[in-house]
Amino acid sequence: MSITVLSGLAGSLLAAPLQRTAPRRAGWLLALLPLGLFIYFLTLLGPVSAGRTLVETLPWAPGLGVEFSFYLDGLGLLMALLVSGIGALVLVYAGGYLEGHPQLGRMYAFLLVFMSAMLGVVLSGHLLTTFLFWELTSISSFLLIGFDHKDETSRKSALQALLVTGGGGLAMLAGLVLLNQAAGTLSIPALLASSPDLLKHPLAGPAAALILLGAFTKSAQFPFHFWLPNAMAAPTPVSAYLHSATMVKAGVFLILRLGPVLGDHPLWTPLVSLTGAVTLLLGAWMALSQTDLKRLLAYSTVSMLGLLTLLGGLRTPLALEAAVVFLFAHALYKGALFMVAGAVDHETGTRDVTRLGGLARRMPQTAAAALPAGLSMAALPPLFGFIAKEVVYEAALESGLFAFAAVFAASAVTVFAAAVIAVEVFWARPAGSPPREPHEAPLALRLGPLVLAGLGLLAGLLPGPLDRALLSPAAAGLVGHPLQPGLALWHGLTPLLAYSALTFAAGALLYLARRPLRRLAAALTAGFGPDRLYDLAYAGVFRLAAWQTGLLQHGTLRYYLNLTVLAATGLVGTVLLLYGGLNMPAAFPGATFYEVLIAALILLAAGFAITTRSRLGAVAALGVVGYGVAAIFLLFGAPDLAMTQFLIESLTVILFVLAFYHLPDFERFSSRRTRLRDMLVAMLAGVLMTVLTLSAVGIQIFPTISSYYAQAALPEAHGRNITNVILVDFRGFDTLGENVVLALAAIGVFALLKFPKRRQP
Amino acid sequence: MRSFFLRTAVRVLLPMLLLFSIYLFLRGHNEPGGGFVAGLTAAAAWSLYAIAFDSRHARAAFRVEPRRLIATGLLVILASGLISTFSGRSYLSGIWFSLPVPGLGDIDLGTPVLFDLGVFMTVIGVTLGIVFSLEEVEE
Repeated sequence: MSITVLSGLAGSLLAAPLQRTAPRRAGWLLALLPLGLFIYFLTLLGPVSAGRTLVETLPWAPGLGVEFSFYLDGLGLLMALLVSGIGALVLVYAGGYLEGHPQLGRMYAFLLVFMSAMLGVVLSGHLLTTFLFWELTSISSFLLIGFDHKDETSRKSALQALLVTGGGGLAMLAGLVLLNQAAGTLSIPALLASSPDLLKHPLAGPAAALILLGAFTKSAQFPFHFWLPNAMAAPTPVSAYLHSATMVKAGVFLILRLGPVLGDHPLWTPLVSLTGAVTLLLGAWMALSQTDLKRLLAYSTVSMLGLLTLLGGLRTPLALEAAVVFLFAHALYKGALFMVAGAVDHETGTRDVTRLGGLARRMPQTAAAALPAGLSMAALPPLFGFIAKEVVYEAALESGLFAFAAVFAASAVTVFAAAVIAVEVFWARPAGSPPREPHEAPLALRLGPLVLAGLGLLAGLLPGPLDRALLSPAAAGLVGHPLQPGLALWHGLTPLLAYSALTFAAGALLYLARRPLRRLAAALTAGFGPDRLYDLAYAGVFRLAAWQTGLLQHGTLRYYLNLTVLAATGLVGTVLLLYGGLNMPAAFPGATFYEVLIAALILLAAGFAITTRSRLGAVAALGVVGYGVAAIFLLFGAPDLAMTQFLIESLTVILFVLAFYHLPDFERFSSRRTRLRDMLVAMLAGVLMTVLTLSAVGIQIFPTISSYYAQAALPEAHGRNITNVILVDFRGFDTLGENVVLALAAIGVFALLKFPKRRQP
Repeated sequence: MRSFFLRTAVRVLLPMLLLFSIYLFLRGHNEPGGGFVAGLTAAAAWSLYAIAFDSRHARAAFRVEPRRLIATGLLVILASGLISTFSGRSYLSGIWFSLPVPGLGDIDLGTPVLFDLGVFMTVIGVTLGIVFSLEEVEE
């Protein structure tokens, strides 16, 4: 399983070279990879529907209980099939959509990275693995939304999506840490088997809330829904793949996945179902005013993600089954319709419905794909969307009037949206004229929608096998016991059928009144919403940064030093005094003649350094201070340290001299008062360091480790010089880090010195 | 600082200091010394050269671009750690073997030597990079 998940990453490396060598076939060739994965996942249908789960665990950081682990059950298999299957279609589609684009290879690469990440999310068996891939989907989504990076809107939308979902990801990480504290594990199989006592843990509630926050941002739930319509700045293949069929369902997936673990917490159902219901209605309402096909579909997606969340919150067996069935139906028809919208955009040059109409004659095959997909979205028989909607209604009715009313209203708008894209665009009398003369889309653009729409029809006609092999096992894992597969196209003359008919009638009415309705809804929704709030917060962060930079980093070296020294002294000193860290030795051992001599030398040099009027003199005197300290190291048997100190002091003087060469002479001296103040600050720091050092001598919290080093240096590390053995072997990782810091400092110096100075305005 | 005496002295001192730096590097594992100190010594020697002549001459004589040396040094450090990863042990753990050299007896060689070499290169690169660029600042 790890290979299937990671193969996309390897494939992404091939994408750009392949695009260069075979520009026309690259999309088709690359699609073979997800197609192969899709077929592999199909072969797993048998064992998984028999109730087996596949687990693969690789050690990652065993000492921390962190595993790189995969877990495949019914739900994971359903998602993996969607991700790989739609992935193959989208790669082909992207080849047609962006034909001749100079960065098409990069698009393929990003799409494959995303596919890997998404497979990782849905197949992960450890929540930290989930988190890793979860963040990778956010990053690949950022890259894909900002694909057209020369366009400012694209960049802004990409950043917005990253900040919203990335912020949610951080909340989720915090939640995972809390969950780990409460449950003692983040392994999904172990969590699923954990006892209900977990919910009594005081951290279970906060953990659930934080993880849900991450899920809500990802699945564009209110009040974080705004990033999804803005993400429509991405090229359409991306919208079809990430922002309707797969990635935005990651949040719902996580809600479903963790439902058996945390779902019985008193917080869960109110929080999740209320958020879902609000999003359901809000998305529907916002969809009414949209005339851009992609934004219309995006708001409809927001609404339907709300529905899935609502179902994941209700958590009755019926609701969970409905969530699984509807998730599948939605991925099929919404993916198809996005691709249709992209094809229309590609062939006519516009996505504005007020300028489109009657395209069925010019684009018959695209229309042939749009119609079944639209009918499935409108939940008409014999499409699979109808079956899904019936189950959803059944689940909503069971949980009460409010849920049913919300679902009913949103479904009516869904019928309206489906009519706009499948009927108005293709069959209605043209209201305006598109910028380009429309003609049929190329095969690469037709294949995806035709296949997905065809599958929707097939699944509608033959729901039984699909239900038995895929959907029931997926729902059974969530409910906790096997389900009786019962999906069917025809249930007889039931109240549900009447409700479906009513929904369709209401949606049809909305469609007929679409023109005044759009004006009315646009007038009522203009100018407010969390999008504005995001802009304000975004600008606020920059203002805060500017304010605190001005406060702390004002560019005067003297104040930098004062601030740094005072802050350090204040913080350390306070802790030392408050927590009784003062521990002065009662008696000082007598000093030898050499020690006294060197100390006197250091003091003399320090005194000279602060009184001299020559810069060079001051630096040389500081060098003497350093040499004195090195001499003390030598006296106390640390030759390595002393040697290094001697060299560092020499080099520091050289660097100072080189820098001084460019400075003007000392001319203006600071006033008495400033010097007095600086002296106080310096003395404070000096006193603190002295006290701290003296206190530290008498404190031994942990047993000393030096004897271990002394014993192990020769047999284990083949060296007699303990200092060096520690540096290059025992603590090699620290040294590695220090070298990186050194290199970074050097790069900083290069940057400061080599780049031309900007003139101050 | 274009002093004739300094230049003459540096001409003699440079090879000796560099030799001393290599000596420090090689003895480092058993006696005081090691890559860091050796790197500082070599860097100090070249800084002296750069002061006595100028950075252009020093760069020409040094031949290697210091930035490249930094990058190479870091890569050597990373690579020395990877050797143990690929032999199935944890990253950066030392691997040793004995190399019999005629006349010298068995010489112990191990990945920490490579690691120390990386430190040596990085330190020289960083110090000289800064010294050279400071000398080249234009008014």
